[in-house]
Order: sequence, then C-alpha cells, then structure tokens
Amino acid sequence: MARFFLKHLFFLCLTLAVVSLLVFLLTEFTPGDVARKYLGAYATQEQVDLLSKQMGLDRPVLVRYGEFVGKILSGDLGTSTRYRVPVQDILFDRLANTGLLALVAFAFIVPLSMLFGILAGMREGSFLDRSILLVSAVLASVPEFAMGVFLATIFVVTLNWLPGTATLQSGGHWPIALQLVLPVSVIVLFDMGYVVSMVRASMVETMRRPYIRTAVLKGMHFRQVVMGHALRNAMINPVTVILLQINYLVSGVVVVESVFAYPGFGRMMLEASLYKDIALIEAGALVSVFVAVATQIVGDLAYMLLDPRIRS
Amino acid sequence: MSDAAPILELDRVRISYLLRTREINVTPGLSLRLAQGEALGLVGESGSGKSTVAYAIMRYLGTVGRITGGRVLFEGRDLARMSEAELRQVRGRRIAMVYQDPMSSLNPVMTIGRQLMEVPMLHDAVGADEAHRRALTMLGEVNFADPEAIMRRYPHQLSGGQQQRIVIAMALIGKPALLIMDEPTTGLDVTVEAAVLELVRGLLKRYRTALLFISHNLGTVAQLCDRVAVLYGGEIVEEGPIRAVFANPTHPYTRALLACLPRLGRSKHEMSLRSIPGHPPSLAARPPGCGFAPRCAYAERARCTTAAIPSVAVAGEAEHLVRCVRAGELGAGARDAEAAASRSSPLSNEVRIETQALAKRYRQSRGAFGGAGPPVQALDAVDLQVARGETLAIVGESGCGKSTFARVLSGLEVASGGNARLDGEEIGGLPAEKRSAKLKRKLQMVFQNPESTLNPSHRVGYAIARSLKRLKGLSNGEAWREAERLLETVKLQPEFAQRKPAQLSGGQKQRVAIARAIAGDPEVVVADEPVSSLDVSVQAAIINLLSELQAERQESLIFISHDLAVVRYLADHVAVMYLGKVVEFGPVDAVFAPPSHPYTEALLSAVPEPDPDRHQARIILEGNLPSAIDLPKGCPFASRCPRKVGVICETTAPPMQALPGGHRIACHIAPDDLTRLQRLGPPTMAAATVASL
Amino acid sequence: MTEQVQLSGVAETGPAPVLPGSGAGAITRAVRSLAILGHSPTTLVGLGIVVFWAAMALLAPLIAPYPPNALDPAAVAHPTPSALHWFGTDQLGRDILSRILWGARRVLTVAPIAVLSAALAGTFLGLCAGYYRGFIDLVISRIADIMLSFPVIILYMIVLALFGSSVLNIVLVVAITKAPIIARIVRGLTLELREREYVAAAKMRGESALYIMLVEILPNARGPLIVDMCLRMGYTTITIGVLGFLGIGLPPPDPDWGGMVKDTYGMMSVWPHMSLIPCAAISSLVIGFNLLAIGLREASLRE
Repeated sequence: MARFFLKHLFFLCLTLAVVSLLVFLLTEFTPGDVARKYLGAYATQEQVDLLSKQMGLDRPVLVRYGEFVGKILSGDLGTSTRYRVPVQDILFDRLANTGLLALVAFAFIVPLSMLFGILAGMREGSFLDRSILLVSAVLASVPEFAMGVFLATIFVVTLNWLPGTATLQSGGHWPIALQLVLPVSVIVLFDMGYVVSMVRASMVETMRRPYIRTAVLKGMHFRQVVMGHALRNAMINPVTVILLQINYLVSGVVVVESVFAYPGFGRMMLEASLYKDIALIEAGALVSVFVAVATQIVGDLAYMLLDPRIRS
Repeated sequence: MSDAAPILELDRVRISYLLRTREINVTPGLSLRLAQGEALGLVGESGSGKSTVAYAIMRYLGTVGRITGGRVLFEGRDLARMSEAELRQVRGRRIAMVYQDPMSSLNPVMTIGRQLMEVPMLHDAVGADEAHRRALTMLGEVNFADPEAIMRRYPHQLSGGQQQRIVIAMALIGKPALLIMDEPTTGLDVTVEAAVLELVRGLLKRYRTALLFISHNLGTVAQLCDRVAVLYGGEIVEEGPIRAVFANPTHPYTRALLACLPRLGRSKHEMSLRSIPGHPPSLAARPPGCGFAPRCAYAERARCTTAAIPSVAVAGEAEHLVRCVRAGELGAGARDAEAAASRSSPLSNEVRIETQALAKRYRQSRGAFGGAGPPVQALDAVDLQVARGETLAIVGESGCGKSTFARVLSGLEVASGGNARLDGEEIGGLPAEKRSAKLKRKLQMVFQNPESTLNPSHRVGYAIARSLKRLKGLSNGEAWREAERLLETVKLQPEFAQRKPAQLSGGQKQRVAIARAIAGDPEVVVADEPVSSLDVSVQAAIINLLSELQAERQESLIFISHDLAVVRYLADHVAVMYLGKVVEFGPVDAVFAPPSHPYTEALLSAVPEPDPDRHQARIILEGNLPSAIDLPKGCPFASRCPRKVGVICETTAPPMQALPGGHRIACHIAPDDLTRLQRLGPPTMAAATVASL
Repeated sequence: MTEQVQLSGVAETGPAPVLPGSGAGAITRAVRSLAILGHSPTTLVGLGIVVFWAAMALLAPLIAPYPPNALDPAAVAHPTPSALHWFGTDQLGRDILSRILWGARRVLTVAPIAVLSAALAGTFLGLCAGYYRGFIDLVISRIADIMLSFPVIILYMIVLALFGSSVLNIVLVVAITKAPIIARIVRGLTLELREREYVAAAKMRGESALYIMLVEILPNARGPLIVDMCLRMGYTTITIGVLGFLGIGLPPPDPDWGGMVKDTYGMMSVWPHMSLIPCAAISSLVIGFNLLAIGLREASLRE
C-alpha cells in the first residue's frame, strides 16, 4: 500500500514538473511581447525594454524557470498582468465557482447515470436498453454549446422560465439557484451521455459472465442476481470513470461557462490565454493538472479497493 | 432398471435455436430416462448438442434457444412448461449444476462463504448462522481440511481443483435430487481429475443423488456412470448399461469412437489409430435418415438415408438400445479389426538434440504494484536426448515446465543456464531472431490451440508460402505451388490454400499448422499439445498424420502432452517432468511399467480408462502442488509423494538412478525396491482416498 | 471535455463453423459487409447522415446559393428564413445555408486529417509499446498518461491563444491530444494479440518485429480500431466546433459552425435561427458518427 502511494505521489510530482516546464516554455515562445501587453500599444520601445528588464524577462530561460518553481513552492503564484492583483485572489474564487457547478452537476450525474446504465445493461438488447443507448448516444453527440443554445431557446426565449446568463450576482432579477439550472442541466445531459454508455457497457459485459449463469441456476430471482452478483462486479470500472469526470467538471466546463457568462475557472483560463496573462495561465495550468492527476490517483485507489483480485 | 418412476424423463424433446432467418434444430426428438440415484453419462463430441441438452433441462437457453417440442419431465412435472417462478423453485434446490470452467463460474468479488451460504438461505429460508454452519459442513464433505479459512477466501486464491470442489459443494448443499455435470473435469490436470471423480462418486453414494454426466471423455464416463448414452448430431445413437455398451458397442459411431482412443497398453508399432473421416453434421441442414451415414463405413444408401431410424434393442440385451438398421449384421465382438501397424523405422542412435542442465528462470510481474516478483524456476537441470527419427514425449501436469522447455528449444524463450544443442550447435541461449536461417529450418513447432495457431486475417496458403519463402528462399510462385503440395501431404485439398482459417474446422486448422511446420523440411519438430483441443475422432487422424510424416521424413518429434494414453501410443522415449525437473526418463515400455517414479505411478493410476471393468485402485495425491517460486530443497515431489521414505526426501535431492536401456529414475528408493512395491499395488493411506489438493 | 476510451475487445473472427464455406471474392465480401451493416437501422441512419454531410461538403462549391462571406445588406433587417435565403441570414447579412455548406467542407476536411494523423502516430506508438514492452512501453505509456491527464481544453486554449489558430495548428494540437488515446487502445490490443500462436510461428521463421507488428498483429486489430476512429471523428467534430465557439478556432470570416454560433447566440432572444441552425448541423453530424460507431461495433462483434 505504501508503495502504491509513493509511486503515485512520485508520478504526480513528475507530471506537475513536466507540465509546468512545458507551459513555461510555451509561454516563453509566444509571439508578442509580455511587457508590451502590460504597458499597452502606446508605450515606447524604451519603456517596454525597461519594463522587460525590470520584470527580468531578459534573463536565461532556465534561471527564470527555477525562480518560477521556487516561487510556486513558497506559495507565491505571481501577479496577474491583466487584473493587476495577485493570482490567488482571482484563481481560488473562480475555482470555487466552478466547484459549485461541479458539485451540483456531480450530484445529479452519479445516481442518474448509474441508474440508467444498470437498467440498460441488465437486459441487453431489450427495448429499454436500445432506447437508453440511443438517447445517450444523441446526448453525447450534442456539443455543450449547442445544448446550451437549444435549452436556452426553449426555456429562456420561448418560455422565459429561466435566466439566460448565470453571473452569480444575486442583486439581479434571478435567484442564484435558478441561475444555476441551465448550466447544470447542460453539463449533466452532456456528461451523462458518456457515463451512461460506460456503465451500460460494463453491466453488459458482467451479465455475460458465467458466474451470472451460476447465480441464475441457483434459483435466484433476476433482481437478486443483478443486485447481489452483477452490480459489485459491474461497478468496478465505472467508478473509475465517474471519478475521472471530476476532472472534466473542473477544467472542461469552459464552454458552458462561456455560454452562460458564468464566472468560473475555465472562462478565466480562456481569457487569460487570449490576453496572454502569463502568471494566471501558468498557475491555472498547474491547478488543472493537479486536479487531473489527483482524481486519477483516487480512481486507482478505488479500483484497488473494489477488486479483491488486485488487492492480494 | 427399477420400475420406480424415473426422476428425469426427456420425451421426444426438440430443441432449436431460432435465428432471424432460420431455425437450427439441435435435437430433433431426444428421449432419455434417468432413474433415481442413477448415474447416466451423456457422451458426444463437439457439435453433438450435449451441453445444449443439459441447459435445456435447466431451461437456460438464452434468448434464441427454445424447446419447441416434447416434454422434459422432472419428478413428474414438465419443466418445459413451467413459469419462471416455478423454475426458480427447482433450480438449485431440486436440480443443481456443475460447470466446465470453475474459475469463471464463481463470482470473483464474493467470498466463498457467501456464495455457499446463498443456497440454503434462498431455498430453505434459514438464517445466516445456520447457513454458515451448513456451509462449513459441506466444505468438510468435499474434503477441505480447514473449512473456516476457505470460507473467507476469494475464488482466485484457490487452485482449479479446489474451485471445482467449491462448485460441487454449492451444487450439493441444497441436497438436490438431480445433479447435472457439464464436462466438470475437462480443464483439470489428470491427478486432480482423479481426485474430483473419486469425490463425486463418494458423494453420490452418500446423498443418493441422480447424476447426468456430460463428457466427451469415454474414460471418465466408464469410471463413474451406471449407464451411458452416446449422442451424435443431436440424436442418441446408442444407450445402455455401461458394461453392455463398452463390451459390445453396436453402433458404428460408438465402435469408431472406441477405436480412435489410444489405450495405455498400445503403441504405434502395433496398430494405427482409426479415425473417423469427414466432420460432424451441420445442424442447420439435417438430411433424412441416419445422421452418421455420411461418415459410416457400413452405410447403405437405401436403408440408412431415407427415413428416420428407430431405436431398437440389441439382441439378447433388453436394456441396450441402438439406433441403427444394420445393428444385428455388423458382427458381434468388441472392436473393429485393428488396422495394420504403421511403419516403424529402427531407431538410430544419432543424437539430434541434447540438453544438459538446462535451466530457465523468469520473474513474474506483480500486477498493480509493478516491479518484478520473485523468480520462478520453470526449468531446473533438465538433461534430455532425442535421437534422429524418434519421438520423445514429455509428460507432466500444469506447471511442470514442459511448455517452457518447448519454448526454450524453439527460441521463443532463452535459457537461463545450462545448454541445449541441436546437431552440436548451441541453441539454448539463442532466441529465434538471432538464429541462423539454417537453424531456423532445422527446428519448427506445432502449437496447441487450433483457434489461434493461424492468423485469421491471412489466407491459409499464405502462412505456408511465407514459411517456404523465409526458410527455403523460394520465389512467390514457387512457394504457393509448394504450399498446395504440402496441403496434399497433410491430406487437405489444395483449394484450401485460398481459404481463411474461419472456414476450417479445428482438425483442418491443425493440419495446416503441421504443413506450415514441415514446410522447411525440419529435422526436429516440437509439438506442444497439438491434439489436446481436438475431438477424439479428429485427434486420432492428427496423431496418425504426425506418425506417418515422421516415419517418411525421419524427423525427430518432441511431443508434449498431458495425455498418457496418447503418449503411450506415439512415443519411443518418455520424459516425465515435475516442477521443472525431469523425474523419470526412458524408453516408453520401461517408463510405463514398474519400476516407475512414484509420480509416474500416480499419473498412470489416475488415467481414466474407457473400460468399466478395470476399477484399478487409484492413487490420490495429497497435499498442494508446491509453488514454483519457493522450490523445496530435496525431491520436488516430496510434499505429495505417497511413497515418501522419510526426511531424506525433503532435504536431499534424489540421485538419478540409472537402469538398463537408458532408463533413469530420480528417487531415493532403489529401483528393485520400487519394482517390488509397485507390483504389490498402490500404497495404502491413512484415510481412504482423502484428497486435499 | 472528456475523450472517451470505449471498452472494446478484440474483434477476431470466432471459432470455425462446421462446414467450410466457399472462398468469396473481394466484391462478394464487400457486399456481405454492407449487408451485415444493413441489418441494423441505427447503423443505416448513422451512415446516411455521414454520407449526406460528406456529399454536402464535397458539393458545396456547386450547390451553395451564395458565396459564404458575401454580405446582403438588404437582408439585415429581415434575416429570418425567406424564399431568397432558405435558412435566413446572420447579423451581417450572410446567407446561412451557404455558410453551413461551406462550414461542412471545413469540418470534414480538418477533422479527418486530424484523426488520421492521430491514428497514424497513435497506432505506431501503441504497436511498439505493446510489442516490445519493457522500457519502450514504460516511456510511451508514461508520456501518454501525462498527456492524457492534461485537460485538453486548457491545452487548446493555451496553445491556440498563444500561437494563434490556423488549420495547421489546430490539426497539430488535436492530433497530439488524440494520439495517446489511440495509442492506449492499440497497445491493449497488441498486448493481447502478441500472445497468439501465429505470432510465435512468425517469430520462429525469422520475421522482423516490424513485419510482425504490421502484417500479423495490426490486421487483427482493425475491428476495434475502425470503431474507435469513427468515434474520434465525432469528438473531433465537437472539438472543432467548441474551438470555434470559444473564439480560438479557424480564423474568421471563413465559416465555421462553432464560430457561427459564437457570433449569433447573443441575439438568441431576437433571432434564434441564427444560432440554432449551426447547432443543429453540428449535432446531427456527430450523431451520425456515433450511431455509425455503435453499428460498426455491433457488426464486428457479430462476425
């Protein structure tokens, strides 16, 4: 067990290091001058050069990278060039917003996709199965922004039941809970398309196994067979998949955030990239990767705990 | 047969698979009777429908299978017409089943205890404590020494034999009236199989359970059953009391089946194995009349292929039924006239292959945690010789290292120590990539599994032609022509070269594999269990083919097998392996008679002979196979040897005792003592045939 | 946005039927494959959709009623669908129907190139990793894991925003992010297939590693690989749409379905058709790919 953690911890650090270096190098080689961006188009070249020197942008790459790593490790994430405030002031706020969205979405995705996946997979080829399969294929095919447009057209434009944006400002017309309905719905519908098909596939695979036949021929009721024998086996893979969705929910919902003007982490990253806000990009990338690898570790752990064959 | 009502009666049962476009009729009208407490063996080859019959009784045919006619009467009620709820009352409680592959029949994430306890809790509505108690009792009945510990284990932590005993326990814990066993020992080693059969025999007697035993193995059926029914193409062609059928097989198929079997007493010098030409009938298109007629040596078109053949009793044997119009005319007597012996060439002394102290160690990977596991000693100090033109058979059970040996010789693995020489050239340390073209030509291999021996994406001729191009340097056109010629050598039509493997049967694929192996005119052919996956009737043909080819081409054949009867038939010399070591080596006659190594003795006694009168006392091995990771210091067999003399067996490696004729035995017991002891019979043991494998 | 690695097994042909069939020629085999596909309505619908859009893309220069970037000032006031503009126009007066057709051309050029590049790279790496194992496998798998653990959207944003988006950049970045998934699938298949006895037979007659990987192993992996490529096409289409929507896709003014939505969804309350139509277009194409993939998978399992 200890070996497991050490190995994964090492991998986490390795990934973080590699990614941070990559991101750093990427931003290094971008066309366009960081200092100029800071000062604006009307600054003179001298001013730009002076600022560059002040920001230390003329020193060799590796030195700057080393400095960067040092700063990160001591908790200093740098300063956003766009907002002119320390990165942590913005980053964690936005992260929290996205976290709220992720939490609510996750709370729906997990039970619903498991329910539908199991119902579909337990009787392969049945009408219910084929319908669920079809619906989930369609849901997974509609890009989030398209889903957002479709839902907004119905609920915002036509019916006017829900707000078209979710800026999280409670002073306005719409309470926060209602603001969240559409973004969460889009995320849940899109992601469920994928997760349901994974759960279903695992369930189908399990129901084909000979030990299910053994259980049936013991005289067990179908319901007992599914709940007692099939589920535990069928859920091993999907649990990992579901945990990996957290990764998507944190970093991948930028589209939904854009559609609904939600002040989240993804949108922050998009704007930072467009504006070439280096510090924010680097810090954000690190956070994303950290979340990604952490969820992977948790997923592996869960897999290990669920499958006794791996444990021994 | 008693007049009491049979516990199971199949009355003209018709089972079909209903596909979208057509109906595949597996059994046109099967009738069968099983009395209470009786053991009936249902024998057939692949495609005969025997498993389908078993699952039809349990009404477990999937979505496309259906019982479309007849009645399945169990304890007087028709199972074919029962509802799901009624069936649930029968399954597991009145009828229970044991399956072929125990590992996959057990739920991998549930403890053994829970899986056992489910049955009484479900059917007898007992609480967990009572169920627990019953489970413990049952585990004791199937000869587990420590039931409490087993209850907490998971299936993957047990060996194959142990798993099968769990499945048997699960089946019998509900005290069913009928037990159906579908090829329960097919995947198990022969010594494990012997133990399981012994166990089943005892349990049946104690519980008075009726048994429907499905198998392709006439030997196991002969040892276990009271009556036997032979199934061909979904019809019972012969049935009757076991002695009657084996002593007087009447139907041509039964006769042919028995004639295909190599016996422990026969060798290739005495006779050729008879094989059955053709292949099993396609169930999609059933011609009128006898299903076996196309392959039958005695078929007469007018009588045999026009109308359905009724089942009649054999003259003088009221309970022995046969479905053949020519039953009375084929002459009484046991077997068909034995075919002429194959040409046997005198053995030369020219040594082709020689290994000295050959060793192979490898490290297993450790799964999720990565890293290398502890080393496994797959081969340890193996000394063998193979002469020109002779057949060396290597026998042993799983884990003995015989396959590893084949792989080292072939260059698929590299030896860790010692050497192996082919015509004086060292090959043990040379992987296949590094061998010269000449060496590659000299040694080729035939593999075990016909389903994966040919690349399904390539045409059959391509594999052979490619070998010819690589090994003999032929051009494309020459290679294909030669490939067709080779196909004829292995008795396939040249047109087969254009077909894909999916269009060939198992036996045909194996023939192609042989053609591919001999394409380069090798001097040595290594055959790793080449017939183990084939039906008995096809096996015989392949064995004959190998034997003929060897005689013609003067090849050395290294034949690896776990089937002692085949080995007895085919081999000139035999090496018996156990845990990576050669424990006995010598001419086949010498090895198969006393003095033998105690392990050889146990192996020989475990082989189920298709002769119901030969109830030889079996040696059942106690104890577990020690793990190859932690090799014992002394004799590898010490932990299970019924003839262990004392502590010396565990501490000191036994000397290789030399006997006349090149016969060697690695044992502490002197050969003369061995001969004396073994002539007396198997060693008696403290508890009668208790096995705790 | 998640990428999917579907659970798929090796689609080798199963054990032999009892009677040998006739050796069919190539045309007969192709017809038979179509017949297998034709059994399932889902597959037919999927195939139909994909073929439809492919045809549209191919014929766009011929059948688009207007040049995609031409402005029609007269229509700006009434951009809703009319006889002149069947799908109406966008806020600048550009004909939506034409833009949809030309957009299809865009998507169906970029997506296949990206997927094929990813497939080439991924297949080769996966074969090597699965066949050689050991150190090579360790390195390739670790790199793939690192790449897969990186949330792709972030990567797209960083790379494309910093380096600008051009067709080449998009193809490159999409190929690089999809290659590891394909590599992982191929690696899994290779690990299984290398244990087959025909591979051992090939080794024994001295075939090189390259031959074994490409001639012995790869043809037997084609079933799951084709299914996966179909899925990749669907996801890549979504990706390209998303990139367009976020403003880091193909540069304007050339039509790009995602970009069309981005420009017009703000006016949803007034002119919903401007964003609904490109949304419907992109959704339908991806549905086509996914249905086709489902059908192909079922067909390969049934073989």
